[in-house]
Amino acid sequence: MTDQTAHRKLSFRILRYNPQENGSTPRLQRYELEEADGMTLFIALNEIREQQDPSLQFDFVCRAGICGSCGMMINGRPGLACRTLTRNLPPEITLAPLPIFELIGDLSVNTGRWMRDLGERLETWVHMKAGELDLGHIEETMDPDLAEQIYLLDRCIECGCCVAACGTARMREDFVGAVGLSKIARFRLDPRDARTDADYYELIGDDDGVFGCMSLLACHDVCPKNLPLKTQIAFLRRKIAAVGIK
Amino acid sequence: MRIIYTDVLVIGGGLAGLRMAIAARRRGHEAIILSLVPAKRSHSKAAQGGMQASLGNVIKGQGDSEDVHFEDTVRGGDWGADQEVVRMFVNTAPKAVRELAAWGVPWSRVRKGDREVIINGQKVTITERDAAHGLVAQRDFGGTKKWRTCYVADGTGHAMITAIADQAIAASIPVHEHNEALALIHDSGRCYGAVVRDLVSGELTAYVAKATALATGGAGRLYRVTTNAVICEGIGQAIALETGVATLGNMEAVQFHPTGIFPAGILVTEGCRGDGGLLRDADGHRFMPDYEPEKRELASRDVVSRRMEEHIARGKGAKSRFGDHLWLDITLLGEHHIRHNLREVYEICHYFLGVDPVKEWIPVRAAQHYTMGGVRTGPTGESPNLKGLFAAGEAACWDMHGFNRLGGNSVAETVVAGMIVGEFIGDFCDRPENDINIPTAVVHDYLEREQARLSALLTGRGTEDAVALRVAMQEIMTAKVGIFRRGKDLEQAVDELQQLLVRSRDIGVRYRAAGANPELVTAYRTQRMLKLALTVAYGALARSESRGAHYREDFPRRNDAEWLKRTLASWSNESDTLPTLTYEALDVRRMELPPGWRGYGARDHIHHPDTATREKEVEALKAKLASSDRFAVQQALMPYEQLLPPRLRGRNERIDDRS
Repeated sequence: MTDQTAHRKLSFRILRYNPQENGSTPRLQRYELEEADGMTLFIALNEIREQQDPSLQFDFVCRAGICGSCGMMINGRPGLACRTLTRNLPPEITLAPLPIFELIGDLSVNTGRWMRDLGERLETWVHMKAGELDLGHIEETMDPDLAEQIYLLDRCIECGCCVAACGTARMREDFVGAVGLSKIARFRLDPRDARTDADYYELIGDDDGVFGCMSLLACHDVCPKNLPLKTQIAFLRRKIAAVGIK
Repeated sequence: MRIIYTDVLVIGGGLAGLRMAIAARRRGHEAIILSLVPAKRSHSKAAQGGMQASLGNVIKGQGDSEDVHFEDTVRGGDWGADQEVVRMFVNTAPKAVRELAAWGVPWSRVRKGDREVIINGQKVTITERDAAHGLVAQRDFGGTKKWRTCYVADGTGHAMITAIADQAIAASIPVHEHNEALALIHDSGRCYGAVVRDLVSGELTAYVAKATALATGGAGRLYRVTTNAVICEGIGQAIALETGVATLGNMEAVQFHPTGIFPAGILVTEGCRGDGGLLRDADGHRFMPDYEPEKRELASRDVVSRRMEEHIARGKGAKSRFGDHLWLDITLLGEHHIRHNLREVYEICHYFLGVDPVKEWIPVRAAQHYTMGGVRTGPTGESPNLKGLFAAGEAACWDMHGFNRLGGNSVAETVVAGMIVGEFIGDFCDRPENDINIPTAVVHDYLEREQARLSALLTGRGTEDAVALRVAMQEIMTAKVGIFRRGKDLEQAVDELQQLLVRSRDIGVRYRAAGANPELVTAYRTQRMLKLALTVAYGALARSESRGAHYREDFPRRNDAEWLKRTLASWSNESDTLPTLTYEALDVRRMELPPGWRGYGARDHIHHPDTATREKEVEALKAKLASSDRFAVQQALMPYEQLLPPRLRGRNERIDDRS
């Protein structure tokens, strides 16, 4: 079969800035590209780098919407570039790095460091009750529905889209974001974690935590994994507020 | 130039690397992990369908044990595996699942009572036991006799690496992200760490360590169409090869996964077929039972991929603008199952294909998926040639997969090997004679050598284009070193790759920044990837038989008489254009399961002269111990427990043991 459809000319405007390079200043750079069938921003950006501009920086790893590396502002909205098909975009495509995070260069930001800091602050691991495990014995049981509920919150890929879309994060440097709050919601659900709401209050019971959220909830709209952030944040705020009132 | 000292340098932040570092840390040793990307973004994350461990909780797993898992794995690998290592693995896998369960992995759980499942295209009602309610569930996977694959919906790798990476944070293990090892530092047969490049600043640092552990994953990007992440370029194996001392085992053993979405090659899990999905051709015909009446869609991956390509070659592929493909049909599983247990598959189909798998078939074709070969190690994970160099996971060849890996055995291997090798690294670092005693002058020589190489690329007059060389390599590997291999093609491939390697010594870059520079990275990695591609192609050319995923049209039979041996590749001199191949025989006389038919795929093979004798011995031993339990029989056939670290020995409890 031959391809009968004429391909569009795509015009990319990409925010370029390399803080490592002396004299580099932020600017929008234009690239033209012929669209191809099934073209994603992953394919398009690689083509631009290979054929037009070897200095262009961006991050992809799995290119399958699983790893969370490629969050960027796509026509002003945070999203995963790898699974964004160009055919769903107008011919003018503006790409910029996610705000809030430290800029590595061009479209590449340091979400890794931000998420590691968050993990350390909120202690985002199961705080086990017992000491040494006996691995020879049958595992503890868990209700199948509860396991699935935990997994639904565990699906967060730490892409940073919710933070980039967050009004509070713009104003409060240390705000934990929807990613942080949904992680706490996840561990609250998990009976393997020995922590109580009083412990969680110490972690997120302030304006950098659950009380900082202004309920603008763009996080909910942009989450690539459709995590139930809206309900989780509201629920968590009620539970944590209850601790504060006591 | 900086030097950082640590006890354990782990190169690679995926599941195997994280788990090794945690093990070493728990033994009281300092560990630093290097990672190209944030650890949770490693390719381990992309494992979807699950990890094999013979828990036997679900009714279709009843009667499962280490013994059945052992036999499935050895058969799956077409008798290329080290059977002692397989034993170590199958005995540790249940412990790994249970440890992860305690660490917070939200394993999908068994629900007691009736449930409807699809088996061989038919709806069947099965009843789960009350005693199993709430325990970790298992699903069916290819090449297994029992339902053994433990899973978290179809985001198993994601859930596992989230839990393990968070455990590494809890243990305060630093992960130096955006850092790449360029060369291993070694002297007189002893490895001392690595020269490392900061991918953001471009700065070189020497990390000097007692033990160096490679956990850099596979080399899928040697091929044009692969399920692998873009960082799976085989650089860990390549820098081990470049020592000239360490060897790589069985690099010609490359797995092609039957269901990469077409044409992008993104994986959809084997769980689709394990849960009852079917493969169909252009006419909508379910063709696998015609070829493989016993296991149908659930034969091992090498067999299914070959049958699919065979069927396409017969003109039965569906035509598309990008070429021919087949269909994966999961519509019969129903919306509820797909939306709950195959969420990632649903999303991938939705976003990349615009296909709703609840209603429509998924276009698929086999794509490169897994590197069975890797840095050759013994059962402790240490290189037999380069002391202090360890490797685990896909980067390693210790060698539990032989010539074909079973689905669900790799994500299991990452954690199991991490646990086992991590303990041996702990032992290694405990011994005073392994203290760091390398002169800093040697370290500086390495730093200067790597700096000079980078400078040559950045400021030299090279004219070759790295991207063009890489694309040419990927085309050669896909066309000539793929699923079906022929001597003539392989000879051409080896010649052409050698030419590319020579040309790669003259790569030039247009963008000359010393710091963050994607073009520079492509340049130096391409040089290394070409060497690695040659170990694959040259090993495949030399191996004049078919075994597992290595299929030679001109030598279609497995030939145990001549080829029951492991290929070892080394790179003797930097100026060479070919690896040096040697071989390591597998000893049939010590095998618990002597070579035979796999239960699927080709039936005829050429016997090893020792096979008949060993079969008789095994039968006699089993007859003699007929009244003993399975542990005593196993112990008599092939003792292995002494090979495991003490804390990982011991039996695994199952619900059937409780009754």
